[in-house]
Amino acid sequence: MDRRQFLKITGAGSALALAGCAPGKSAPETGDGKVVLRTNPRNGDRTSLLGYGCMRWPMIKDADGKDIIDQEAVNEMVDYAMAHGINYFDTSPAYLQGQSERAAGIALSRYPRDSYYLATKLSNFGDTSPEASKRMYAESFRDLQTDYFDYYLFHAIGRGGVEAFNQRYVDNGMLPFLQEEKKAGRIRNLGFSFHGNREAFDSFMKWHDEGTLVWDFVMIEMNYVDWTHADPKRNTNADYLYTELEKRGLPVMVMEPLLGGRLANVPEAVATRMKEREPDISPAAWAFRFVGSHPGVQVILSGMSTMDPIIENCKTFSNFQPMSEEELAFMEEMAVLMKEYPMVNCTDCKYCMPCPWGIDIPGIFRHYNEAITDGTFAASREQKDYRRLKRAYLVSYDRAIPTLRQADHCISCGECLSHCPQSIPIPRELQRINRYIEKLKQDTL
Amino acid sequence: MHMLKKIRVLLAVLFWTGIMLLLLDASGVLHGWLGWMARIQFLPAVLALNAAVIAGLILLTLLFGRIYCSVICPLGVFQDAVAHVSVARKRRKKDRKPYNWSPERKWLRYGVWVLFVAALVAGVQVFVALLAPYSAYGRMVQNFLQPIVLWGGNLVETLFERAGKYVLYPRDVWLRSLPTFLIAAATLVAVVILAWRNGRTWCNTLCPVGTTLGFFSRLALFRPFIDTEKCKGCRVCEHNCKAACIDIDSKKIDHSRCVDCFNCLGACKSDAIHYRFAYGRKARTKDAATEGQAAGTACASGSGEGRRAFLAGTALALGSATLGAQGKKLDGGYAAILDKEIPERDMPITPFGSKSIKDFYAHCTACQLCVAACPNGVLRPSTDLRRLMQPEMSYERGYCRPECVRCSEVCPTGAILKITKEEKTQYRVGLARVNRDLCIVETQGTSCGNCARKCPVGAIKMVKVNPDDPESLRRPTVIEERCIGCGACENLCPARPVSAITVNGRSSHLTEESHG
Repeated sequence: MDRRQFLKITGAGSALALAGCAPGKSAPETGDGKVVLRTNPRNGDRTSLLGYGCMRWPMIKDADGKDIIDQEAVNEMVDYAMAHGINYFDTSPAYLQGQSERAAGIALSRYPRDSYYLATKLSNFGDTSPEASKRMYAESFRDLQTDYFDYYLFHAIGRGGVEAFNQRYVDNGMLPFLQEEKKAGRIRNLGFSFHGNREAFDSFMKWHDEGTLVWDFVMIEMNYVDWTHADPKRNTNADYLYTELEKRGLPVMVMEPLLGGRLANVPEAVATRMKEREPDISPAAWAFRFVGSHPGVQVILSGMSTMDPIIENCKTFSNFQPMSEEELAFMEEMAVLMKEYPMVNCTDCKYCMPCPWGIDIPGIFRHYNEAITDGTFAASREQKDYRRLKRAYLVSYDRAIPTLRQADHCISCGECLSHCPQSIPIPRELQRINRYIEKLKQDTL
Repeated sequence: MHMLKKIRVLLAVLFWTGIMLLLLDASGVLHGWLGWMARIQFLPAVLALNAAVIAGLILLTLLFGRIYCSVICPLGVFQDAVAHVSVARKRRKKDRKPYNWSPERKWLRYGVWVLFVAALVAGVQVFVALLAPYSAYGRMVQNFLQPIVLWGGNLVETLFERAGKYVLYPRDVWLRSLPTFLIAAATLVAVVILAWRNGRTWCNTLCPVGTTLGFFSRLALFRPFIDTEKCKGCRVCEHNCKAACIDIDSKKIDHSRCVDCFNCLGACKSDAIHYRFAYGRKARTKDAATEGQAAGTACASGSGEGRRAFLAGTALALGSATLGAQGKKLDGGYAAILDKEIPERDMPITPFGSKSIKDFYAHCTACQLCVAACPNGVLRPSTDLRRLMQPEMSYERGYCRPECVRCSEVCPTGAILKITKEEKTQYRVGLARVNRDLCIVETQGTSCGNCARKCPVGAIKMVKVNPDDPESLRRPTVIEERCIGCGACENLCPARPVSAITVNGRSSHLTEESHG
């Protein structure tokens, strides 16, 4: 989450606080201040419905100018989360330039190991050799300062189908190795996180049904937009995935409930509809409530990077109100409305980075999406505010993205394509945005 | 204060402010409004063969004397400001004689003028640019003041950004040419020292425009005269004359050096100096001869030292010919990007709107107005001795954007003609050339084609490396007739530090106007 977004949420938060004091329709109550827990039907774990995703922590520069995680901020946020009942932490050896696990380990090791659930992944995207994969597994123990993982995941499978799964986990012997580890008690639950088409998902479910590969849980991308509006060519609607998992009694872990913040900062038309209905509920709270209203959902991960969203989310989840049928239908309506905006489907996960040619891919997409969301998108020269909007777009673009990392430097090598969990045709989208920028600059829009 | 002096100061401040705005406006908004202020400068008008302006300025001088030097010339006004501070200081120290009459140094004055005219005719633009007052002033502003303005703008925009407003484009501040910077610094030091010590020494001894106007001002219809009957010989006027042109001993004023500042009019306690019609009856009876005294060969210490410092600085500047390129800070989270190096160019690239390389360099006075106006980091003063300080284009920081014609809007000399963005593609200022040894299609075996994709005129054709292989990678080739030399390909080429496609200047830019 960047500063603009942060300011928006903070603004929304304070508006919420103020409105809470006013007479009339009351703001949601905060209960005992602790987020609700849900019981895992397969093992009885009492996990918090709101989980902490450790992928978006703030980075600062060290003495050498390198990016490092702001550990002090992380500790503070983890303390708040723990104090408010969040007990599920999800990380990966790949997150935050490989620093997430270590930071999580430092923050969490200050608490008794049985006071939280730890989830991490085998993120062997590059070198899939058994040596490299085992080393990654071993280093996760070291960095997280633990001798067992509560939830261990095959990271981001589905894209590339069964073939890619075999290459990363079967051919190198990692699957049997991890199953042995589970027997030895170092992994309590083995599951996978999924991105991809229905065909791949069906295969994984078939193995589960046949007993060849039994899963303990599955992590999917789920939110009111992806519920029935996922890109049919590359991804799968969440309603299908969820129904299949619920049918089998598999706990559903949810990632991207806010699409990397895009559902917290929604286009004005969507926000207006939401505020008309519930003046005191933020778009983010609507999105979380939608996901949590499905009983098969075990944990909803949120990659909270500053205190304010943590405080707001803890409020949302401390007195959790599932949605009525009518409210769920309203969310579907909002999803249809969202789809009318030509945003890039980027969740800012940064898996595509670093681009070998230095392009700031997520930055360019974020800037483009924000202009659309904020209603500061120049759509045509005939527009009343065209001059101002054009300038605002180009100036903010130059400020957000250094010239050398802008879209016009993309050579379409396609290196990024295989890394994107959303299967965004990144070079094509960058060229599209660059053509838009050229039209703005040359006044040919 | 005398009314004429008030008017002079007011006009000077207006003109000077306008020129400063023109030179420092990073947005380009004021260029259209204030461009005329540069075009009415004397030397730019001469180089632009702008007969109307030249005639107008000569007429102005024939009527009123060297008003130009006191009002229109920004370097003159700047010297007045320096001298004003200096005089105020001297007055505080009870020095009541800040200035004294000094005879015209004819040998130096006309020597410099002859050299200047010779250089102008022979096309030795370095010498012309060195002494031309408006150019010298533009150079100082561009080198010393523009960076501060741009930094300030960047800072202000940071504050705007906090408020969610986006108004000013972030601008790179970089040293465009070290020799030009040093020459500008030397000029500044020399001008300030001369103005501090003796007011208008520069204008009356070195400035070729001042000397030229002096030919006319000695014949001006209106001039200041000393009324010999009323004059008590107290020398107050002499001590207030920053042009050092009032000779009380002979009660004469050297009108070729007087810049019409009117300081003497208010200074005289006896009402003995008047600015009046020169050819009336009165004139004939009272003071027919107004020519200055014979030139003294002895150099006053002020101008001599200043000149030495100036020349030394110039020599130092000429000796160093390296360009200061600054490294860029990089985020740890991103792949490092090497800065681009300036490639070897057989011929310089001059702006769209210049008719040919030769024509451009023959007209340009190196005032740096276009350099200051260029928002894309393309224009910079040349470090080549043959055209030192005169601008050239290079594309390692950006390229000549199709929608931008800002340099053509500001050029006062006609070196860059005024063009619209539609007319821009009629000019072909350069020609791209591919260096296959550096192209990543060949060196890394990857597909690319960024140059072809971003070429605004479709001048790059991707062809198969192996024509027989349908799956073959494609490499760029240049369609010579279409290429206009804007440098988009060079700037956006992923090969670093030297681009695999680079642009060379074309000597003639408008050979076939049908091309577009």
